[in-house]
Amino acid sequence: MDPAVNRPGKLLITSPPPAGRYGQFGGRFVPETVMPALAELEAAAVAAFADPQFLEELADLHADYAGRPTPCYFASRLSEHAGLAIWLKREDLLHTGAHKLNNALGQLLLARRMGKRRIVAETGAGQHGLATATACALFDLDCVVYMGEEDMRRQAVNVAKMNLLGARVEPVRSGSRTLKDATSEAIRDWVTNVRDTHYVIGSAVGPHPYPWLVRTLQSVIGSEAREQMLAATGALPTQVVACVGGGSNAIGIFAGFLDDSQVRLLGVEAGGRGLGRGEHGASLSHGRPGVLHGSQSFLLQDEDGQVDSTHSISAGLDYPGVGPEHAQLRQSGRARYIAVDDEQALAAFHLLCRLEGILPALESAHAIHAAVALGRDADAEGPVLVCLSGRGDKDIDTVLEWDQG
Amino acid sequence: MSADEFAGARIRQALARRPGPPHLVPYVMAGFPHRGDTVPQLLAAEAAGGAVVELGLPYSDPLADGPTIQAAGQRALAEGMSVALALEQVRDARAQGLAVPLVVMTYLNPLLQMGLGDFCRRAVRAGVEGLLVPDLPLEESEDLIGAAAQAGLAVVTMVAPTTPDWRLKRAAELSTGFLYCVSRTGVTGAGSEDRDEGRQLLARARQLTDIPLALGFGVRRLEQIQRLAGLADAVVVASVLLEAAADAADPAQAVGLTLRGLQASA
Repeated sequence: MDPAVNRPGKLLITSPPPAGRYGQFGGRFVPETVMPALAELEAAAVAAFADPQFLEELADLHADYAGRPTPCYFASRLSEHAGLAIWLKREDLLHTGAHKLNNALGQLLLARRMGKRRIVAETGAGQHGLATATACALFDLDCVVYMGEEDMRRQAVNVAKMNLLGARVEPVRSGSRTLKDATSEAIRDWVTNVRDTHYVIGSAVGPHPYPWLVRTLQSVIGSEAREQMLAATGALPTQVVACVGGGSNAIGIFAGFLDDSQVRLLGVEAGGRGLGRGEHGASLSHGRPGVLHGSQSFLLQDEDGQVDSTHSISAGLDYPGVGPEHAQLRQSGRARYIAVDDEQALAAFHLLCRLEGILPALESAHAIHAAVALGRDADAEGPVLVCLSGRGDKDIDTVLEWDQG
Repeated sequence: MSADEFAGARIRQALARRPGPPHLVPYVMAGFPHRGDTVPQLLAAEAAGGAVVELGLPYSDPLADGPTIQAAGQRALAEGMSVALALEQVRDARAQGLAVPLVVMTYLNPLLQMGLGDFCRRAVRAGVEGLLVPDLPLEESEDLIGAAAQAGLAVVTMVAPTTPDWRLKRAAELSTGFLYCVSRTGVTGAGSEDRDEGRQLLARARQLTDIPLALGFGVRRLEQIQRLAGLADAVVVASVLLEAAADAADPAQAVGLTLRGLQASA
């Protein structure tokens, strides 16, 4: 095997987009209080990405602590079932069980460079909160994680883990008590404590420079997977599939293939219980442009611009907005976005358990369903690469509850 | 005189520098606690000495607001409040004799959905004179400032203790009403008050601009307001009024009483 494949992938570093704009999307729509902090963060990130020492330290952490590179695995039984070659990028095998650690490690290294001793984060499924709490333990930083009360109930094990790691989990009781409200509350904390606090946003959303910063830190998924696919198959995948809540694992894996115009990109959103208002989280498929949590993107909202509540069986996709770069990719047609509903995701969850011995996160199960469905088209050609963004241990209770009806 | 220069003239006059304690700018949330309470509260706020009244339009995700305004906004939305309805109520209040300058405060997304130009024109027609959008920093405000200038609506900009001087100057130049000085890093409502950072911000702003300065966020006590004499031209009072209105049998009366309590008896 090519020795390069056994090293962590490189970050795909680009200049920040001017004014944080992705076409008409992106920008910085936040209270004045944090505007100087956003400028400081952008400057710190640009300097860090140009500093070989920073990149080396991050690569060492990736290799020795997080477990990169993660394997790119040919799922032969799933492929046979689908009638299409399916490869899984195994972010579920990363330390803490999801791709979120890529972002948390990078942002906390940055926070340390900026001299910020206190960290706040929001979390939905708990995976980003867990990754942040983990990295805070490692770097000896104070950690507060905001989490909707409804999500704390759904993801009790992750709450317990964060507590064990020394983080304080703050229940959020406003609005729908899920990721949207936890994000608002984390931003309010940051506005209040901005001088000594870094806000580790968990997805490729939020005001500039966050979408660019998170994408860069997650691009390790795509750069690694591209090399691995070339090494293993001698070719690029025909299609790359990933689930999209805010869209960080998707933009991370897409980043590796954006310049390969023959590789199609497919983002999979939460179709929830159906496409009625408040029943799903498919902002790219069914939303309109709007501003939420600091950036302009597609948004689920009513006629008056009030943000809709959402539903998904997976807490990580239960979000009314989406990262601005995805909005641009949808607008330009470079990527396609579809919705997969709760039942389809659950069926895919069971399928992967039985065929491959892998329990996927319910978020990732949405992408598995979409990949398998591609095989129904007789003309479809593989290999299809799926980002298996996280593992499903956190979802066992939800799955059992659902199966018992 | 262009619409641009005219916009905000009444606001600036109403908050003109004077000896003694700052002018009061009471905040009323449209549709809170009930849909029909907007107009009586606007009238009561004027009668009780409000020099300018700030009318909040509820938004589902108000990033700059603490629990009191968040909860009030949720309740107002549940009461069926909308941008269009709030503007209708402003028109009603004007018809009933409300004379005080009105500044609308709301977040960007509801305005974007109505269309910035449409909103500004409709607001001016209804009798609104100024607009304050807390999630719209200078860098993103060009479109709104253009639309507002065209409609003759004043724009109020915000500065915070973390705002460096160059931004403060720019914000003051862009404001056609007053400069909203945020008293501390943080959100609206209760919190540690009278930290030095608000006073320092006012002192810095005074050096850099002649536009009226209003201090907001966490202003809720008479002595606190009196101590701002000579520093602030106005104070924005919000959460304490919403708390008074929340469970009152007569919210307008409660707002009036609370507001009178924030002025020294002559």
